[in-house]
Amino acid sequence: MIKQAGKDHAELADDFNRDEDRVNWHDETLWFIREKRDKAAHKIPEWESLREAASQIKNNVLSNLNNYLLQFEKNAVANGIEVHWAADAAEHNAIVHRLINEANVVRMVKSKSMLTEECGLNEYLAKHGIEVIDSDLGERIVQLAEEPPSHIVLPCIHKKKEEIGEIFHKHLGIDAGISDPQFLTEAARQHLREIFLTRKVALTGVNFAVAETGEFVVCTNEGNADMGAHLADVHIASMGIEKLIPERKHLGVFLRLLTRSATGQPITTYSSHFKKPRAGKKMHIILVDNGRTVQLGRQDFRNSLKCIRCAACMNTCPVYRRSGGHSYHTAIAGPIGSILAPNLDMKQYADLPFASTLCGSCSNVCPVKIDIHEQLYKWRQVLVKEGYVPAAKKAAMQVMAGTLSSPTLYKLAGKAGRFTIKYAPFAVSNSLNPWFKQRDMPAAPKQSFGEWYKQNRD
Amino acid sequence: MTSREKILAAVQANQPDLTALPDLSGFDGQAFGSLAQFAEVLTAVGGKIFHVANYAAIIKIILAQYGSGVRIVTQLEELKKLTRDNLESLSQIHDLHDVEVAIIAARFGVAENGAVWITEEEMQHRVVPFIAQHLAVIIHEDAIVPTMHQAYDRIANTTYNFGTFIAGPSKTADIEQSLVIGAHGPRSMTVFVLKNS
Repeated sequence: MIKQAGKDHAELADDFNRDEDRVNWHDETLWFIREKRDKAAHKIPEWESLREAASQIKNNVLSNLNNYLLQFEKNAVANGIEVHWAADAAEHNAIVHRLINEANVVRMVKSKSMLTEECGLNEYLAKHGIEVIDSDLGERIVQLAEEPPSHIVLPCIHKKKEEIGEIFHKHLGIDAGISDPQFLTEAARQHLREIFLTRKVALTGVNFAVAETGEFVVCTNEGNADMGAHLADVHIASMGIEKLIPERKHLGVFLRLLTRSATGQPITTYSSHFKKPRAGKKMHIILVDNGRTVQLGRQDFRNSLKCIRCAACMNTCPVYRRSGGHSYHTAIAGPIGSILAPNLDMKQYADLPFASTLCGSCSNVCPVKIDIHEQLYKWRQVLVKEGYVPAAKKAAMQVMAGTLSSPTLYKLAGKAGRFTIKYAPFAVSNSLNPWFKQRDMPAAPKQSFGEWYKQNRD
Repeated sequence: MTSREKILAAVQANQPDLTALPDLSGFDGQAFGSLAQFAEVLTAVGGKIFHVANYAAIIKIILAQYGSGVRIVTQLEELKKLTRDNLESLSQIHDLHDVEVAIIAARFGVAENGAVWITEEEMQHRVVPFIAQHLAVIIHEDAIVPTMHQAYDRIANTTYNFGTFIAGPSKTADIEQSLVIGAHGPRSMTVFVLKNS
């Protein structure tokens, strides 16, 4: 995904923040999902042991990935699945294109796959005259709106139902002015049923692939991945190489954690295990690198590859909730996206590791115990060292460092700040001060803590 | 060098030292496991549950719920009188597009999440439990495992080409987080728990 008109996270967040009611709704809704996650987690007494087990399994996967890839390939081929390897996004897209051509069709139905978003598959295929229809309801909505998803689990969480009604009025021919979610979902059901019944090629993502058995698992609530795959002649499954797990029994750990972390449900409605193609039909799996082996080599960042894409880190993040997914200008938004994206392009995504308060809530809810906020902090240091941070931010940080390291300067700066807010608030509470945007400046205390302590120490 | 070789070489060069897999034997599921819990969780995720003594009771409930005029498919010998379809001889799966009710035997249920495990063998065609407007599933009352760990223990010695855990009707909350039942798959899921005879 290309940065909208070259804007960075802060500028895009500004755009999102213009509509205060919407920001508040977005913030509260995602926090509500975070609370559902808490309730679901607290019902499982062994929750923390499960997180630890999941973390250890994923650590093992990363430490033995070459063997698991070979084992998976061997077993999948034995099951009758054709295995393809793609070094980057371009190769992945070319493979999909070739498979569509081989099926002699120009239309494909696709269920949710963040990897294909990462690879820009839809745009690539459109350029080559292939029509792709996304079948996840949220993805279909953003596709019709010609926008990328803003959240990996809830792709159109940034949209209001009235806007969705308008989109369906324009594209699906429903009456104008309808905003009832039940009605809108039914309209999409009818529209997509026709698509499922007529497409000969279906692409799905992959949640987990099992080295031991050569099978892969796809989880949905809507049933769209299954409807697409079981009605098509050709099923293409795209997966990042880090989605492998060693043994089938490990699915028990991950399926217990995934949906509870994502939405607070005990499990998705459908957890489908694809082991062999249907008789006479074709099943392909594309193993995609696209920078993952580079990230694997970065000691400080490699364990970002443990991610199972539950989005718990986004739902809990105070910055994500108030800036919206699109402000991250990358396929995977939020805290985890901000440590994955700079690996692909440090220059383009240098702003993302700074889009965080480093509060650590993301790391606390992560079901596979990725140290997300610590990696964000480490990326900042790498990015400054490599020269990808704007001069103004660097200069401001240096002034701050100077002030904080000198007690005299620190006291002086504090006094000046309190004086200004008290007697000349207009000097800071104006549009030139970025801290004042969408915020009110706090009332200034009469004295500093240092001064108070001097008076009250006895 | 092919991409396969390139990727494998890069993985080999960059992966950290081998770490051990955890021992999962502690997840023995003692906090879960009852039929009552299965029923409670299934209901919470939008499913319906009926405890029945025999297949005759199932037929009665199905007919009461859906009437006799709709297309019902099932592979179960005991329910043959409900269907005019023979799934085994169906040549074009797309012909299933107007199925109203699919009735399928499930291998077992999982108490902690209300899911049932069904394989292609019981479905006959993989699309059956997804394309029907309503799904009905039959399990035996003693076929409830506590958690997903025991579920995979149970699956371990079986073979399947395709298998799925299904927990409730198809659903979505993509529009403003409003829960809507009946996204692309069945609009309802009914589980019949068959008493041991």
